[in-house]
Amino acid sequence: MTSDTKPKKNGGKPGTNAIQKLLAISERWYSQMEQGEIPSISLPSRTKNNLAFDNETEVWKYGEREHTRAAAQEKSALHILRMAYVIWFIKQQVAENRSSTLRELYYISEGWKRAKFTAQNDSNMLIEDLEILTDTQREFFHLRPEEDGASIFGPLKLREETRRGTREIHCQDDVGEAGYQIPSNVEQIECIGHDADFLIAIETGGMYARLIENNFDADYNAILVHLKGQPARSTRRILNKIQNTCNIPICIFTDGDPWSYRIYASVAYGAIKSAHISELLATPQARFIGVQPSDIRDYNLPSDILTERDIGALKSELTDPRFHNQYWHDQINLQLKLNLKSEQQAFAARGLDFVSREYLPARLSDMGII
Amino acid sequence: MQHELCERDEKQGVNIITTCADELAKQQRSISVAEFFEKNKHLLGFDSPTRGIITTVKEAVDNSLDACEEAEILPDLYVGIYRQISGAFRIVIEDNGPGIIPEQVPLVFGKLLYGSRFHQIRQSRGQQGIGISAAVLYAQITSGTPTRIISRCGSDTKAYEFLIQIHTETNEPDIQKREEIAWERIHGTRIEMVFSSTLAAKKRLIEYLRYTSIVNPHARITATIDEEELVFDRTSDDPIKSPQSILPHPHGIELGHLKRLVSDAEIPLASFLMTSFSRVGEKAAALICSSAHLSPDVITKNLIMPEITSLLSAMQQTRIQPPLAALCLSPIGEPLIRQGLEKEFSLDYVAARTRPAAVFSGHPFLIEAAIGYGGLLLQEGNARILRFANRVPLLYQQGACAITTTIADINWKSYNISQQGLPLGPLIILVHIASTNVPFTSESKDAIASIPDIEREIRLVLQDLGRDLKQFLSRRDRKKADEARAQAICAVIPEIAMIVAKTIEKPVPDTAPIEGRIMKKLIAKKRTEDGIVTVTIDNYTSRPVDLMAYAFLYGELKEPTIQPTFIQDKNDEMTVVWQIHLPDKASWSVSFRGTHTVTIDLRGIDETKKVVIDCDI
Repeated sequence: MTSDTKPKKNGGKPGTNAIQKLLAISERWYSQMEQGEIPSISLPSRTKNNLAFDNETEVWKYGEREHTRAAAQEKSALHILRMAYVIWFIKQQVAENRSSTLRELYYISEGWKRAKFTAQNDSNMLIEDLEILTDTQREFFHLRPEEDGASIFGPLKLREETRRGTREIHCQDDVGEAGYQIPSNVEQIECIGHDADFLIAIETGGMYARLIENNFDADYNAILVHLKGQPARSTRRILNKIQNTCNIPICIFTDGDPWSYRIYASVAYGAIKSAHISELLATPQARFIGVQPSDIRDYNLPSDILTERDIGALKSELTDPRFHNQYWHDQINLQLKLNLKSEQQAFAARGLDFVSREYLPARLSDMGII
Repeated sequence: MQHELCERDEKQGVNIITTCADELAKQQRSISVAEFFEKNKHLLGFDSPTRGIITTVKEAVDNSLDACEEAEILPDLYVGIYRQISGAFRIVIEDNGPGIIPEQVPLVFGKLLYGSRFHQIRQSRGQQGIGISAAVLYAQITSGTPTRIISRCGSDTKAYEFLIQIHTETNEPDIQKREEIAWERIHGTRIEMVFSSTLAAKKRLIEYLRYTSIVNPHARITATIDEEELVFDRTSDDPIKSPQSILPHPHGIELGHLKRLVSDAEIPLASFLMTSFSRVGEKAAALICSSAHLSPDVITKNLIMPEITSLLSAMQQTRIQPPLAALCLSPIGEPLIRQGLEKEFSLDYVAARTRPAAVFSGHPFLIEAAIGYGGLLLQEGNARILRFANRVPLLYQQGACAITTTIADINWKSYNISQQGLPLGPLIILVHIASTNVPFTSESKDAIASIPDIEREIRLVLQDLGRDLKQFLSRRDRKKADEARAQAICAVIPEIAMIVAKTIEKPVPDTAPIEGRIMKKLIAKKRTEDGIVTVTIDNYTSRPVDLMAYAFLYGELKEPTIQPTFIQDKNDEMTVVWQIHLPDKASWSVSFRGTHTVTIDLRGIDETKKVVIDCDI
């Protein structure tokens, strides 16, 4: 039995289709070889130079540039051999309705002799290549990352197709204190109802737990999502899904330093590594709530001095097209002037309730959300 | 007291000296050359029993080759060395040369310093006439047996057999037997001698024969050495043109020789100079006379000693054209050196150069050299150096030879050859010096003396060859890397085919054509569809190729799109041939009516460069 997710808008595709697309690659090689031609494959070039902002979807995608790998070069021949093995492996795995992690795939390749991967990064990259070639997410290949997605807490009802049957879960009523854990394959999940006014995605577990403890979700009809630092694909994908199905404002709440702004950017605009599926993973409507450099000043938050790397990162963000607007330029320049950064938990200096009672309501009303 | 003692001592001393002188006078007498060499065997290369055999073979072979060359005969030499029950060795050398007339045989073999070439100025192997008679002497000393000689000068003469020794006291031949016999050879010479010796240097002896064969590609040498049979066959069927004698060159003459020439000349000085020396014309003769302050008309034999001295220095200082090397020197030539080396070492690369002739001290000389690489040569260790003088291999005293020191002085690293003194690696360096007067360091003729003119020529020719070698090496390395890459790919492609076929559940496709493409080969494919046979040939090599495409079929060739070059019909089995010129990267194709029973092949191309695929199987 193959996985049987219904077609989704925004590129979600049924698994059988994914396998057919994969097999088309093998079939093309087969006919090339039958005609005495050297097997080859064309891929968009996966460098920063080939990243382009797609105005229509407001996400970053790979541009037009392609390169062809032909087995006439030793490296390319090996690449094609590995790809051929991976396709064969995925076909088997999907046919048997099994799944494996990216790490497992790396170890499975040990048995492929010449085709085995020398580093896990190689196998991850190759899977991404296949995603690009088939315009399909790896979840349809039954491949998942090791780390699970983060968690959700709030007035949201989901239906999940699990291996053991369909489950309907309410993310406040049916879950424990930690919330609903986002599985690695989000394609099996559907949002079937919600009672929320907005969603806040939070960088740190401490702040996520604080808001749950302070009953913020109930008091403000908010869905809380724990990003767990730089969010995993599944986390970004579910944010994208919630945005598309629930159509509620989405806010990103992170630390007040340049690295956290990048977390926001990857949620909102997409990441280089996954630019081929930016439209599935990015949520361009997401807005930054804080901690803003101006908050450090206005609330006189406990802070640290910027390191040289911080300053470098801030300066590079000034030239990054994703931050190319007045708001970010003002904030970043202010931060460089203050020469300070603060964490989310710094609000605790003004009391444990301050963030839920004062700061967030104030920011949300500033932003016109409540 | 002291004084007295001294006086007495003095007197006694005088007495002692007179007695000594008398005694000495009684002992003093002239020594024959033979006696001298009996005591100084090492000067002729007979310093040890091991070397004795090699020197003997060498002298005999040199003589045979020289004789054949003079008679313009393709040499056929036999060298035999047999172990006797007594432990001694019997040495036999036989040639097909012009033979030696019976009157001369005892003198040639039984008298030291008897020879034909000593007074001639031209390139030859032997010179003084010592070698072979020294061998006779050596046999006589070590085993006490006379040397047996058989020689015949042609079909109209009889063969004679001699048994000869040398009277050491008088340096005269001692003929123990002279007999007319029947001999199957029409012309030629055979010598047999017995030595007390060892065959410890067997390897070197074989080496000597091998090297001799390399620089004498016109000779066939057959050898039986202690039951081991060897044949060094000829690679050239042209007898070498025997170099001609030339007159001495004014720059190369010494006082004694000049004095002798002068004393015999009853002609005016100017004509003497023009007729007795090479490259002296009227102008040069006049120049010499005026710079020696002598009248060109003076009768030469009347010159007195101081005049002869100033004549000599005038001859040496006047600019005179170098001697005509083309006449008196006989280089082996680049193609034959290459063939000779290739034959013995199956080299991957070999190049040879012959330098234009040059002159040292009035003696014309010429350097030839070759560098070979790879093949059967050892990967490790010093390069192998083959030294030759007038087509004779030099086997001993390599380190003392100007050829070796010049090789070591060249910076081989700049030709991508590692070096520790001598160059290292699977390298062979051959240097041949041809001259009317090869300057050996000693009479055993083992090493070339260090003469700057000669060393310069050796350096120039080796540098020239080094540059070519470097080009070969870098090209080869590039090709090697290309090949390694292609092979790596060709190992991967079948695996791709296997796993892809497994994935889409189809039979594994044949990847030979792809490999051919990657390995840059010529690929011919035959495919039959709807009763039409199509033959396609793709040239994936980097060169245009001339080849013949063969198709084998039953019955007539029907409707070919390209008419074949010829058809052979044999009981209804047709062989159809197309002659094709296919530029690189080009494709050629022919179709005709037929069935899948047609088979094809490509001919006229290296087997390793072609792939023939029958797509109907």
